[in-house]
Amino acid sequence: MEKLAKSLVVVLILLVVAVPLLGRLTTSQPEIVELRARMPENGGWSQEFIYGQVDVPIKLRMTSDDVVHGFALGQSSQPSVEIFPGKFSNAELIFDQPGEYTFYCTRWCGANHWRMRGTIVIEGPTTADQPTSVPPLFLQLGLDLDAPHLARVIPQNRPDSARARARANALPAGLTDGDTIWSNSPEALWIDLKADEALDDQVIWDMVAWGLNQQGSPGWLEQGRELYTQNCLACHGESGKGDGVMVRDLPPMNHDKMGSEATRPPDFSDPAVLLGASPALLEGKIIRGGMGTGMPYWGNIFTSEQIRSLVLYLYRFQMELTEKP
Amino acid sequence: MGAMEKAASYRFDLTRYAWVRRLLTSRWPQFILRAVTLAGFMLVILTGFIGSPVGSRNFAVMFVWIAWWSALKLIMLPFGGRVWCSICPIPMPGEWLQQGWLVKPGGKKFNLGLRWPRRLRNTWLQSAGFAAIGLFSALALTTPVVTAWIFVGLIIVAVVVSVVFEQRSFCRYLCPMGGFIGLYATMAPLELRPQPDLTSVEKGAAVREWPRGCPWINNPAALKANANCGLCLECLRTESGESMALNARSFDAELGQPGAFRLDEAFLSLGLLGSVMIYSAVFQGPWGALKNAALYAGSPAWWGFAAFFLLTSFGLLPALLAGVSALVRRTGNLGQPLQMVFTRFSRALLPLGLLSWIAFTVSFAFGKMAYLWPVLSDPFGWGWNLFGTAAVEWQPYLLNATPVIEAVLLVAGLIWSGRTVLKTAGQLGVRGERRWAAAPVLLFALAGTLILLWLLIG
Repeated sequence: MEKLAKSLVVVLILLVVAVPLLGRLTTSQPEIVELRARMPENGGWSQEFIYGQVDVPIKLRMTSDDVVHGFALGQSSQPSVEIFPGKFSNAELIFDQPGEYTFYCTRWCGANHWRMRGTIVIEGPTTADQPTSVPPLFLQLGLDLDAPHLARVIPQNRPDSARARARANALPAGLTDGDTIWSNSPEALWIDLKADEALDDQVIWDMVAWGLNQQGSPGWLEQGRELYTQNCLACHGESGKGDGVMVRDLPPMNHDKMGSEATRPPDFSDPAVLLGASPALLEGKIIRGGMGTGMPYWGNIFTSEQIRSLVLYLYRFQMELTEKP
Repeated sequence: MGAMEKAASYRFDLTRYAWVRRLLTSRWPQFILRAVTLAGFMLVILTGFIGSPVGSRNFAVMFVWIAWWSALKLIMLPFGGRVWCSICPIPMPGEWLQQGWLVKPGGKKFNLGLRWPRRLRNTWLQSAGFAAIGLFSALALTTPVVTAWIFVGLIIVAVVVSVVFEQRSFCRYLCPMGGFIGLYATMAPLELRPQPDLTSVEKGAAVREWPRGCPWINNPAALKANANCGLCLECLRTESGESMALNARSFDAELGQPGAFRLDEAFLSLGLLGSVMIYSAVFQGPWGALKNAALYAGSPAWWGFAAFFLLTSFGLLPALLAGVSALVRRTGNLGQPLQMVFTRFSRALLPLGLLSWIAFTVSFAFGKMAYLWPVLSDPFGWGWNLFGTAAVEWQPYLLNATPVIEAVLLVAGLIWSGRTVLKTAGQLGVRGERRWAAAPVLLFALAGTLILLWLLIG
């Protein structure tokens, strides 16, 4: 009797231990990659690297170990996949080119949300001709992204592209030249125009705004707003003042020591900040990140078109730019 | 004896039926239940350590804090007293080592057999243990691995105590749940007692027999209270077992009678009342800062929460009742020492405490019970669907009814405690024209009820 009782206890305990472990072994599917999402403070993605082959689907089975996360591929138009705690979300990815692809979290899951990134490494032969990559403009121009760039000439009133549109026929041809617009800060453009045109200062600022407005591709305003809201607002703030919820404990930015410490972002509501920065410089900052200031890099997350839309959207903190030029 | 006390002393001997006695004297049914619960708690530990860290998707959290803890407070404790203790698996490994057997006495013992220190033969350590779990409750309820560690810790301590000390010293003096269950078992409609017509010769025989027969270190022949009887039923299995009876009784049978109540029990009673208020505020209240403070153990806010928890439960409430008791003693012109008045009124507040815990559990458990179905099918949170219930969506049960149920429970607790306070006051000598002197204690109970109504219902 006693032996039977002892055996029963041992068998029950062994069952409890063995059944789940055996179940785990027998139901595991090696062809499926299980990816667990955790806040960066809790470890981030369970796999920092995922390896695959060209044209071979990667099946992802994702769950969250804490809060709601999102999964998206950088520089991709595919919608993100929501990842809920305790539930499993599936996604299938296929790549036709070898290379390294960034995946990242799309939900503000915590203070270090932007650190939730990983890499998918795809190996195999190149199956199509790859376009030659062109270095971004800030590299071509050799811009020092961390050099002070505060504008010294400030408009009396907010520049408005609509006011300049009325005199579109009389606007200088240079204002539609993309290279010129992207390579120069609004202040630099204003100084150039001021030297050539005997016009009122405010009229010239409106012309500069019009020139920038010409650079937007269709849908840029909505795209820029969406990107800013999803990715920038938590630090840069709704009004661009650099007072987002994630940075309220940081010291204000010192423009003479940019890049040397983690600070609040620059105050875009200060005209000197944006009007002294060329689109190429802003593009460079977005691509490269803040390099020590705490701002993440977005170069492998956003497409070139997305970054340009975002740059133009930033100027809206100082100018009236609209979707229709 | 008044009509009320006659009604309160009603008892029905369940063991008068031969089949009931046979069922209870056989160790097998109880052993099988304990073995199953042991396996269940092993699963809790396993899922806690290797399952999903998401509390609502892990068997450990859902089983322990939603299923077991709720069933204990809603069913087992109010209707069976210490019935859980009779099938609790936590002391089982230690007992196996200590006694050397599971169902048939004999075998090699592994036990020093020391007596539990005299100074610690009370509920102070149990109060401390319960408070300690309370301080980490928000963490344990959301973090499976913490729940697993709590049970691993309890089992380890139980094994060590069983090896060093005699019998079930762990259950009687250390188990954090034991203090809670024992105190409220006073109001359970089930008791193990000596037969009422036991002769002195039979009592003597029983006393000689029972030291081996009572793992809870009681003298069953003199058993008058539920608090320290773990319903292990071993006394029924001795040669003098016929002298014991398992009685069904009225809820008020024990509390309605005068009974001694120690200072440590008084503090535990008030500590539990304070705890349920704080639990209600943390888990059911709208205060996010309080929830965060309770959750982030070790943070400065958590230390503030811990101080608030301990000072309110074991400082403020006892101090208030002591003040109220002093007032009653003075206005009622009582000759008893203040400590006695204080402890007796603490005992009278037990019904309010128990029904407050039940009301809190109703609000807490019914809101979260729907999480149980997915974890039954997927206990580890690995994406299984064993019984087809993994995708059952969460929804609160009895959403509209719970406020009413809670209010009824709290008012019932107030009325029951109020009656007991008046009876206690009468026993202390507050009678006649001075009967109103007990009013401050009634106001104390009313204030506690109103606070709980506010916290739970708003």
